[in-house]
Amino acid sequence: MQKLLLLGDEAIAQGAIDAGMSGIYAYPGTPSTEITEYVQHSKEAKQKGIRCSWSTNEKTAMEAALGMSYAGKRTMVCMKHVGLNVAADPFINSSITGANGGIIVVSADDPSMHSSQNEQDSRFFGKFAMIPILEPANQQEAYDMVGYGFNMSEKYKVPVLMRITTRMAHSRAGVARGETKKQNEMSLPSDLRQFVLLPAIARRRYKMLLNNQLPFENESEQSSFNQYIDGANKKMGIITTGIAFNYLMENYPERILPFPVLKIGQYPLPRKLVEKLCNECGEILVLEEGYPIVEEMLKGYLANGIKVKGRLDGTVPRDGELNPNLVAVALGMTDTKGADVPTLVEARPPALCAGCPHIDSYLALNEALSTLAPGRVFSDIGCYTLGALKPFEAINSCVDMGASITMAKGAADAGLVPAVAVIGDSTFTHSGITGLIDAVIDKSPITVLILDNGTTGMTGGQDSAAQGRIEAICKAVGVEEDHIHVFKPLRKNHEENTQILIKELAYQGVSVIIPRRECIVSIDKRMRAKEKAKREEQQA
Amino acid sequence: MKKDIILAGVGGQGILSIAAIIGTAALDMGLYLKQSEVHGMAQRGGDVSSNLRIGDKEIASDLIAMGKADLVISVEPMEGLRYLPMLSPDGWLITNSKPFVNIPNYPEIESVYSEIAKVHRHVILDAEEIAKNLGSAKAANVVILGAAADHMGINFEIFEKAIRTIFGKKGEAVVELNINALRAGRDFSAKNSHL
Ligand code: SF4
Repeated sequence: MQKLLLLGDEAIAQGAIDAGMSGIYAYPGTPSTEITEYVQHSKEAKQKGIRCSWSTNEKTAMEAALGMSYAGKRTMVCMKHVGLNVAADPFINSSITGANGGIIVVSADDPSMHSSQNEQDSRFFGKFAMIPILEPANQQEAYDMVGYGFNMSEKYKVPVLMRITTRMAHSRAGVARGETKKQNEMSLPSDLRQFVLLPAIARRRYKMLLNNQLPFENESEQSSFNQYIDGANKKMGIITTGIAFNYLMENYPERILPFPVLKIGQYPLPRKLVEKLCNECGEILVLEEGYPIVEEMLKGYLANGIKVKGRLDGTVPRDGELNPNLVAVALGMTDTKGADVPTLVEARPPALCAGCPHIDSYLALNEALSTLAPGRVFSDIGCYTLGALKPFEAINSCVDMGASITMAKGAADAGLVPAVAVIGDSTFTHSGITGLIDAVIDKSPITVLILDNGTTGMTGGQDSAAQGRIEAICKAVGVEEDHIHVFKPLRKNHEENTQILIKELAYQGVSVIIPRRECIVSIDKRMRAKEKAKREEQQA
Repeated sequence: MKKDIILAGVGGQGILSIAAIIGTAALDMGLYLKQSEVHGMAQRGGDVSSNLRIGDKEIASDLIAMGKADLVISVEPMEGLRYLPMLSPDGWLITNSKPFVNIPNYPEIESVYSEIAKVHRHVILDAEEIAKNLGSAKAANVVILGAAADHMGINFEIFEKAIRTIFGKKGEAVVELNINALRAGRDFSAKNSHL
């Protein structure tokens, strides 16, 4: 069969479709978004009736998936690494409830923070939950691991975490498909109290999880994703995890490794293989994308004084993603580099699109605030975070999904009045509503701008759960109707919009202002889809 | 055979459309391929690049090592210069000459050109102009690809076929335009390569 040219994300999606997944749950987040989008656009997935629309946030996604697993079907949950923080409560507890139908949680890490607030390593979460973790080294493994992961999840009745990083998610390569499996029939857990985490039951379930730790380790010892590749020179042994293996191989064009290498793709670490490497080699170099988790574990359980090199001793930089050059240097090879960048080359930071509705919202907000001391605008995660940069320099925070409203409230509690929150429509339904309720209860003097561009813009225009409901939601949680305003952010409305803002900034309670105009990229996309449909109609 | 290519430009300029054509051609030849893309925040008008690697042996890394790229293909002149540390000493810089100015401190364009002129092997062309003369500025990226086509170890006919595959759905006129654009780029390159 012809290989498919797939992004790592897409390989995971195709793997899940082929492995009999019945539903996928996710909130968009770079670099994980394309997994769910692939399923949404797949004709096959449609024919098979795979459930695939977006969830409101990662927590609801994780919980819905747990429900599907409870009912005996295979399901996948996808998110970016910081999304796993949002889903942490159900995620950690799902290791105690265990699974019924197979469940794979995919968390896409973003080392070097290409499009994220931090570079946290999801493997820590997997370890924290004490469940098996899969980390593919290439797109084919990403595909193969999905079916394997579902089988393991059903064998041990436990969720499996799949951890990928940006370059795995967003790099394309040829992938050969395997067999396709039918979806599971619905079937309830044999013990109908399995998912009831009352202390007495939870204690029993936790013991089961603990008892499974050794079997998980044995699975890792046997797994084809963990490979011991012998090498003649035992001066050093190398452990790679995930795509770090590729950077190692890149430095040996003949593909012959001089040192013994343990290639890790499945956790918990295969202790026997690690011990074998350590017994045979004088020192160990650890190459892992992300935090020095394996390195720390080795240093922890090797009291025998073997030298472990990696991110902690500076052999590899402590932060940022790996690349072939960093690995070459760690191997003691000479670094390579072309000519320097000419000094005239200027940075080109991302910016709001020309014509973006947020531009007009920020211009109005800046003017409305111009008579007040600066430093009172709390913002959130989305395209509008770019309002922190020149020429707007309009916001003073961006922490996590929904933090704008709650931080504004806290600052107002401390006396910073008026305090302003700027949040997007999709981020508002993701995690802003509960914070708004807090503010209403306290009648906090905050002005909340919900920038409604009708889409989840930053990640490429996914449907927003807020569509058509924002005013109703605000009203329902208790924001006074007189203090809810909608305006259209356009240059020609600038004066009028500024006046609305000034008036509400003076109000000693919660006001919500909804600047509403569609994202121009999504208008463009909509138009093109329409043209395409028309063209197809004509051809037919 | 192995070619390591950096595609460069500004988010929204569609460098992935070039990658798609090269990718289709490479697959047609039965080559291995790895292609990294940029998604998310960087797409909003920031500098973007894609690492595209093709070869007859399995490819290890998704990223090209610094100083090892055979080609930097850029749809914007200053962006081409940004990736010089990636370019191998005997590699080619193939770049559009038309600046995309979305920052206030964009350098004097003549000095950008003189930096490009210093690159040992380079081709610089006004792809919009060439494409416009063929019927539509939309084909500019394909003109740039055409200028690089002879340096990729892929037969020119295979590129033409790839264009048919990719643009076929949009009708014969679009296919023609893009094939002409590809040829025009190659012809320009043949006459104006700086060694
Ligand atoms: S994608 Fe949409 S919301 Fe984001 S900057 Fe562009 S126009 Fe604005």
